[in-house]
Amino acid sequence: MLSKISKEALLGPLSRNNPVIVQVLGICSCLAVTAKLEPAIVMGISVTAITAFSNLIISLIRNTIPNNIRIIVQLVVVAALVIIVDQVLKAYNYEMSKALSVFIGLIITNCILMGRLEAFALSNKPWPSFLDGIGNGIGYAIILVVVAFFRELLGSGTLFGIQVIPQAFYEMGYSNNGLMILPPMALVTVGCIIWWHRSRNKDLQEQ
Amino acid sequence: MEELNLFIKSIFIDNMIFAYFLGMCSFLAVSKNVKTAFGLGIAVTFMLVVTLPINYLLDNYLLKPGAMQWLGEEFATVDLSFLALIMFIAVIASMTQLVEMAVEKFSPSLYASLGIFLPLIAVNCAILGCALFMQQRDFGSAWTATVYGAGSGIGWTLAIVGLAAIREKLAYSNIPKPLRGIGITFILTGLMGIAFMSFLGIKL
Repeated sequence: MLSKISKEALLGPLSRNNPVIVQVLGICSCLAVTAKLEPAIVMGISVTAITAFSNLIISLIRNTIPNNIRIIVQLVVVAALVIIVDQVLKAYNYEMSKALSVFIGLIITNCILMGRLEAFALSNKPWPSFLDGIGNGIGYAIILVVVAFFRELLGSGTLFGIQVIPQAFYEMGYSNNGLMILPPMALVTVGCIIWWHRSRNKDLQEQ
Repeated sequence: MEELNLFIKSIFIDNMIFAYFLGMCSFLAVSKNVKTAFGLGIAVTFMLVVTLPINYLLDNYLLKPGAMQWLGEEFATVDLSFLALIMFIAVIASMTQLVEMAVEKFSPSLYASLGIFLPLIAVNCAILGCALFMQQRDFGSAWTATVYGAGSGIGWTLAIVGLAAIREKLAYSNIPKPLRGIGITFILTGLMGIAFMSFLGIKL
């Protein structure tokens, strides 16, 4: 059903060409929203939707965009999509929209979007571009969820706000590691994920 | 006095990199040597100082609910705040283009050394982030917004120059192979972030 290029576009970003840990794009938002699982998942879904549709739109009009104003055109398309997502979140999940504060707006400057538009959508047909957007969005979401999982589990002992570490542990003297909640530990967690990922994929290692 | 407090606070306590993780992509990509890192830091600071007051004026005289009152009573109910994102990014993108042309004309050597990073400032989240924080915090005047921009920019420069200096030295150390390059940079940034958190308790 999928041609080779579409398959690569969809599955490549999940691991071998992951936007966060291999291409090093979209770090900012990835770190700030991962203290809890729930905002991380909402953020992942929003970014996936926006990447997919902005890739599709830019790819559809790629032959009519003059080269020297393409950055502004791309930003306008992305900004319009982000505004839609922002308004939808405000309407249906106001609490979440408050918790994510400026980071939904900052999806505009998320480098994954610009990076994929420049690298893929401008030179490929709409359908593979759409799949590339979905693949990269999901690749980003996976990292977000993994980081948030560890930070929430170790930092507050909960998952999705539900207590998972039994009370008996606390009575035996276990306590939550408050450091995990603090933003710098997100960076260290991502660093460890990169470590694990690169020891599995030796050809990605740098000299 | 209040401005001075805000200035120091935005450099150290509300540091764009270590407290909010903004402008991380170029922070990690351009911190390989101190000289380029410093150049980019200056460019970002300059952009913040130029775009923040413009965005402040736009926000207060065009976008906020009731901001258009100066046009006449019938405009008092107009609320264009949902357009804020698109306006801010348009200002930033066009200013980047202008600054790029000016730098190319007046200082070709700086232009050559900054290369691709100059246009990339348009998508540096620190600049849009600053504009959004400014909107959230309701500053009193365009001058306060400028001071906030300058402070945030200098804080950003400080962070990137610090990281670049460490990475230059890091070339001599023996790091596990899978961790080399970007991996260790993440962990380093995390540790620097923890160090910067010691400023958190300071009340100004």
